[in-house]
Amino acid sequence: MELKFSADFGSSFKKEGAFDKSMLYDLLIIGSGPAGLNAALYAGRKGMKVGVVSGKPGGQVVDTASVENYLGVSFATGEALVEQFMNHVKTLKIPMLNDADVEAFEKKDDGTFELKLLGGDVLKAKALIIATGSKPRKLGIPGEDQYAGRGVAYCAICDGPLFEGRDVIVSGGGNSAVEAAVDLAKIAKSVTIIHRSQFRADQIVLDQLNAFNNVTVFLQTEIKEVIGEQLMTGVVVLDKETGETRTVKADGLFVEIGHIPNSQMAKETLKLDNHGEIEVNHLNETSIPGVFAAGDVTTVPYKQIIIAAGEGAKAALTANDYVNRLKR
Amino acid sequence: MALLNEQLQGQLKEVFSEMKNDVTIAVFTQKGACYSCEETVSFMEEVEALSDKIHLEKLDIEADSERAKEYNVTMTPSIVLLDADKKYVGVKFNGIPAGHEINSFIPGLIEVSGAGEALPENYLEQLNALTKPVNIKVFVTLSCPHCPGAVQKAHKLALESDLVDAEMIEAQTFGEISDKFNVSSVPKIVVNDKYEFVGNQPLQVFLQEIAKTQN
Ligand SMILES: Cc1cc2nc3c(=O)[nH]c(=O)nc-3n(C[C@H](O)[C@H](O)[C@H](O)COP(=O)(O)OP(=O)(O)OC[C@H]3O[C@@H](n4cnc5c(N)ncnc54)[C@H](O)[C@@H]3O)c2cc1C
Repeated sequence: MELKFSADFGSSFKKEGAFDKSMLYDLLIIGSGPAGLNAALYAGRKGMKVGVVSGKPGGQVVDTASVENYLGVSFATGEALVEQFMNHVKTLKIPMLNDADVEAFEKKDDGTFELKLLGGDVLKAKALIIATGSKPRKLGIPGEDQYAGRGVAYCAICDGPLFEGRDVIVSGGGNSAVEAAVDLAKIAKSVTIIHRSQFRADQIVLDQLNAFNNVTVFLQTEIKEVIGEQLMTGVVVLDKETGETRTVKADGLFVEIGHIPNSQMAKETLKLDNHGEIEVNHLNETSIPGVFAAGDVTTVPYKQIIIAAGEGAKAALTANDYVNRLKR
Repeated sequence: MALLNEQLQGQLKEVFSEMKNDVTIAVFTQKGACYSCEETVSFMEEVEALSDKIHLEKLDIEADSERAKEYNVTMTPSIVLLDADKKYVGVKFNGIPAGHEINSFIPGLIEVSGAGEALPENYLEQLNALTKPVNIKVFVTLSCPHCPGAVQKAHKLALESDLVDAEMIEAQTFGEISDKFNVSSVPKIVVNDKYEFVGNQPLQVFLQEIAKTQN
């Protein structure tokens, strides 16, 4: 059990950074992952009246055990990296509203935007940056929803400790899947990686996996169903090479098969591609002038922290130009 | 050895300067086998030392069984936060709120001191309409980054309604009760031991589940 404190309440109590819900902001940023935070930093430095509205401070990065590919940072826990991001942004005293869910936005006749929050609050801004990131993709197979929270899990660092000494499966073949398997191998009795094609993970991550002797890998194998009684007891898989179906027993299934964009709020208003990602051009402009988007929620490829951060910076600079043009 | 390092102590002092009224931490332990009781008490002692507004009472679940009953304490270690009138307001932590849970424990102190932010009007209306007691259990692990958010919401609801009692339960410390409620993903929220959901969901979802207990 980890007793080490992961404190993260730095500014949430400080009055100076308090979020004013009634004022008209130059720019409101939705999301406080790397894209949203870097956008806030750039917008703040430009002198914009900017606020950040988000559900979970830090976004997906806080769910990441370790980050080893952010330039200048050879190793950091996801949380430590987020703390550094936050501390940097806080130097500009940018107000942040946490635990807020944006349901929709609307462009008014005078060109300003209204953000509607779950719970009824309405916020106002001249421009918006949507940096809402993504959430775990589900397998979409029978039994998955039924056993969600009863064996089926989507956050390895959160739920891993509950599977101490048990048998778990990780579904997926990318970096997140293999990293989850590495973390789980330290706690669980056994880890089985099941993936329908070949590994896509980086070699350096696969090397870490190979150091464990409680890990089994089934590639070219597709999970068809989660089975169980009160709790899950295993999965039914199809071996694509032999065409055979069999059962793999396990107490847990960690689904790490990629992400889907959090673009619900833009579904009716912005142009999305067929994966639901918000279409942006190289200036991070969306199909509505004044609405910009950055990070995992957009069509920009390669969902990575450094890329999301860079895109956030770009979106803020474009938004700043946009707001300046309104003044003229 | 101090659990809270110097940097964290400094941060906490600053946060505690926002406290409005006094708060008493009542920590229940047990003689003999009690996983993390010792650490929990040391942790609370260190917290108490950081603010004049924070007071600590060390209790024993057996010797002080009356008090335990009053606050519905059934496990150890268990931490109950009492307001300035030493009244139980429904805010409880079962198991040490270390790791990520420091992020629900510290805000809990601030909230119980009366310095928290008000809930939106329509949530308050829903809470005021309650007529039957509600118990909210929030199962967590200490390595779960979004668990404290769910604990904070449950505690906020408890603070705003006399009928709501909300408790964090550290799933690894209390394996038996976690197994009873089939906890295999956290945060897992169980309302009146019957209605459940997983994840740090919006307050609206908490209120929807709570509403089911009122029929
Ligand atoms: C387990 C895991 C490991 C990873 N490891 C790495 C790694 O090692 N290196 C790397 O470069 N990348 C890694 N990634 C990918 C990286 O985390 C993402 O690419 C990055 O976080 C995307 O940033 P973002 O700002 O676009 O979105 P996110 O980080 O997803 O942040 C989105 C923000 O928007 C908020 N939000 C969403 N919807 C709403 C709404 N309706 N209202 C209000 N707020 C909302 C969220 O609360 C959150 O604050 C990993 C991802 C995962 C899940």
